[in-house]
Amino acid sequence: MEAPNLSYINSLSGNDEAFKTRLIDIIKIELPKEIQNYVNNIAAGNFKEAAANVHKLKHKISILGLEESYKVAESYEDSLLEQSRAEQVEFENILKIMTSFITTI
Amino acid sequence: MNCIIIDDEATARAIIAQLCTHIPNLNILEDFPNAMQAIKYLNQNEVELIFLDIHMPDFTGFDFIQAIKNPPKIILTTSDPKFAIEAFEYECIVDYLVKPIVLPRFEKAIQKALVSVSKPKDNLEISLEKKEINSGNDLYVNIDRRLIKIDIPSIYLVEAKGDYIQVKTEGNNYTVHSTLKKIEDKLPKNLFLKVHRSYIINIQKIIDIEDNSVLIKKDVIPVSRSNRPELMKRLNLL
Repeated sequence: MEAPNLSYINSLSGNDEAFKTRLIDIIKIELPKEIQNYVNNIAAGNFKEAAANVHKLKHKISILGLEESYKVAESYEDSLLEQSRAEQVEFENILKIMTSFITTI
Repeated sequence: MNCIIIDDEATARAIIAQLCTHIPNLNILEDFPNAMQAIKYLNQNEVELIFLDIHMPDFTGFDFIQAIKNPPKIILTTSDPKFAIEAFEYECIVDYLVKPIVLPRFEKAIQKALVSVSKPKDNLEISLEKKEINSGNDLYVNIDRRLIKIDIPSIYLVEAKGDYIQVKTEGNNYTVHSTLKKIEDKLPKNLFLKVHRSYIINIQKIIDIEDNSVLIKKDVIPVSRSNRPELMKRLNLL
């Protein structure tokens, strides 16, 4: 599986280290909340709300340079809207990788 | 150019703000995590450009556009390319940025906004805009910090009650902190008439008229002497 990276964040930040630190701090706060919202909705069987959570998470996935994972999230969002959990395991693995990665940066 | 950012995701707001630092004379006045706060801000402040997310809980970007009168130029920011066609049905939308946004694409969008802001409107554009505004069939009312959409033709009665008005429709009654004058200005003149200092009625919903009152649904509404001639003029009398 592909690994998260900081290419996008680095290119956005340029030499602005203060912004880079601030953005990473925001992601560290926001990502776990978004994941928790998703976990709550999927556990409650709220497919539409879970799809909206996946939609939001797609942005974080792309920020961390996970291009293939983004496609999985796109498919999963569509599946959830059709009341299917087809890509659930694969998607939740992506979340684990992202969660693990942000603790290292 | 003064702008605001509306996005429920803090990460997205931070990224757009950072991209704006690369554009000379582009000033971010405020950023908002939801459309409601932005609407309140726009009621009191002028902005020329809005960066607007589509997917937001409760009130989407498109709901926001429909809720504001004379929207400024808007650049949509979204993770979803599916709405591009719908987006360009709105005159105010100048570009559509798919996240994650990169600087060269952002600069291109700003160029489009600048051209659009500086372009004088021709007569056709102005008349089309007026037509678009006048043909709107919806009215948004602020109740408990939510903007509720009301289908205007379904309104049969508006009653003033102190600092509030009660809007009665076929399906629901809404109590709104507003004045009769404000809602009168928003309702189409051909359909609604103020028949008394406390009442506006939908003429099409009248059941009968007796002396100085009209019956609408189960409500008997007084008609003031000064408004009676205008009411009679509007009726298709045999």
